Amino acid sequence: MDRPIRVLVAKPGLDGHDRGAKVVARALRDAGMEVIYTGLRQTPEQIVAGAIQEDVDVVAMSILSGAHNHLFPKVVNLLKDEGADDVLVIGGGVIPEDDIPGLIEAGVEAIFTPGTATSKIVEFINNNLKRQ
Amino acid sequence: MLDDKKLGEVQESLNNWEETDVAKAISKFPERKSKFSTSSDVEVKRLYTPVDVKELDYNEDLGYPGEYPFTRGVQPTMYRGRLWTMRQYAGFGNAEESNQRYKYLLEQGQTGLSIAFDLPTQIGYDSDHPLSEGEVGKVGVAIDSLKDMEILFDGIPLEKVSTSMTINAPAGVLLAMYIAVAEKQGTSADKLRGTIQNDILKEYIARGTYIFPPEPSMRLITNIFDYCAKNVPQWNTISISGYHIREAGSTAAQEVAFTLADGIAYVEAAIKTGLDVDDFAPRLSFFFNAHNDLLEEIAKFRAARRLWAKIMKERFGAKKEKSMQLKFHTQTAGSTLTAQQPDNNIIRVTIQTLAAVLGGTQSLHTNSRDEALALPTEDSVRIALRTQQIVGYESGVTETIDPLAGSYYIESLTDQIEEQAVKYIESIDELGGAPKAIAKGYIQKEIQNAAYKYQMEVEANEKIVVGVNKFQIEESGKKDLLKVDPEVEKSQREKLAKLRSERDNQLVDETLKTLKEKANTDENLMYYILDAVKAYATLGEICGVLREVFGEYEQSVIL
Repeated sequence: MDRPIRVLVAKPGLDGHDRGAKVVARALRDAGMEVIYTGLRQTPEQIVAGAIQEDVDVVAMSILSGAHNHLFPKVVNLLKDEGADDVLVIGGGVIPEDDIPGLIEAGVEAIFTPGTATSKIVEFINNNLKRQ
Repeated sequence: MLDDKKLGEVQESLNNWEETDVAKAISKFPERKSKFSTSSDVEVKRLYTPVDVKELDYNEDLGYPGEYPFTRGVQPTMYRGRLWTMRQYAGFGNAEESNQRYKYLLEQGQTGLSIAFDLPTQIGYDSDHPLSEGEVGKVGVAIDSLKDMEILFDGIPLEKVSTSMTINAPAGVLLAMYIAVAEKQGTSADKLRGTIQNDILKEYIARGTYIFPPEPSMRLITNIFDYCAKNVPQWNTISISGYHIREAGSTAAQEVAFTLADGIAYVEAAIKTGLDVDDFAPRLSFFFNAHNDLLEEIAKFRAARRLWAKIMKERFGAKKEKSMQLKFHTQTAGSTLTAQQPDNNIIRVTIQTLAAVLGGTQSLHTNSRDEALALPTEDSVRIALRTQQIVGYESGVTETIDPLAGSYYIESLTDQIEEQAVKYIESIDELGGAPKAIAKGYIQKEIQNAAYKYQMEVEANEKIVVGVNKFQIEESGKKDLLKVDPEVEKSQREKLAKLRSERDNQLVDETLKTLKEKANTDENLMYYILDAVKAYATLGEICGVLREVFGEYEQSVIL
């Protein structure tokens, strides 16, 4: 790719815990990516509209309220509906291990739980972009 | 504390020790780090001596428990009289399930209730609102109307328990529901004891459950101050919270600074509406975090108490001693809990419990070991409560007041945290006070910088988190976690539909219409909110009316 990787860091749902989202956003930026942060309380529709408008390669969502099973797959499906299924979707937050296989199945490519080093997320994005 | 001659002798012997014993030891074994520091970037010296506290004036700076400046505690006997209130924050699913958990906790020896509401409730949406999808009953209990509140406290006598409610933007509505339930139980409002969080400024800074813009939000808060001073005199009308500021990544000194800056803004707002400072200030309370850096945390609590006392006396001219006392609730630090080897979290919580108790807290919530993974199970909550009970009944730290006072290190650190906090408050004053500093993103940016610095230190292995970047093990995935029944959302919607068909809808419409009219005047809205609540108007309907008049807050996104 001849331009920097573009990432939308998004907070779906109603929870206000954005420490993780902001730290990740900054780490991705320090790793040379272009990062747009949505702010809190974004609906799946708003996230997908933002992803398309900003022409991002990656949507990175963070949620700590427990609504991940409901909201993450919705974003994946809406992206698909918009013909943007070449966007890499990843997620993070307080997500029980039991829920991870279902989310991966639904099309979220990776789930990063508490304690993950930001360098791991950078590495994953670099190695798994769908757009070339 | 020593005279100049004695101090000179200490300084001399200290220099001598550094130059001989220490120099020799270091030449053989270098120290672990070139610089030691606390989370607030206070450099930690090798050794503290009377030289470090030479400015300390015992009566002026420390004084006695229950006396200005309250450095040593707000009550004369502290835990010798009564232990702190052991108050576990709980709530999930529907009102029935949460009611069961509260009864369990009371049976286990908990001494106060602390209600966790789900996010739709905290943001003023009913369970059947489109934005509530997937969130109902998840991080707390779903409350849509007085009906749910009646179930929540069924069989719990409100004249006997004290109840803390973590509710901010719609605090007035939930307080009104509580008052209405009490009335049905035959308890008048003047007998009720408890706290509402009601701290909107930290929602803008760190926690995120805001609804309205700052100005109408501050009005609702001062309406509550005024209403409670007249009708619910034993109620703590606000819990000015540093907890979430710290969770968002601030240092200990920033936690004190930004919390007290918010406190200053509330006091100023209330005085501006014509209230006398001594009429409402005694009912202000605070809420802090307890982290792992044990000694820094103890110093932090002491510094916060001393600084607030000075602010109330000197800046606001408070006359009543009670107006100057910083009383606080503490919660152990959720952000320090690790998903890796979760049982280790029990030890972290124990250290944090000691910090809170040695710092003189009035009440405490201890986190459960599994909270980095999900909501806690009943077993985990019991261990967390037992941790408090063991510190309270077995450790001996409760037998004398403020036992670490006089430690050269603790006193020196208390001074330094206070100094750092004073500097921040001065910067915030220069920006025009906390609301303006928040609008400019100043406070958020300071916190984010600290959070990022911490994360980078962990990733560089400069800070060790056991089980995360050192001493890791392979772990199997199977853990016994609490799952919220997905049926809750459906049943909550059904309950709402039933309520809407059975209640007196004409009365609901009338009370909502009056509330809307009054929102456009200067009148105290609490009276009209209470009328609407009693008519079984829902939380979403009441907040909806206020949204129409006040509009909604738009977050300034700062990266």
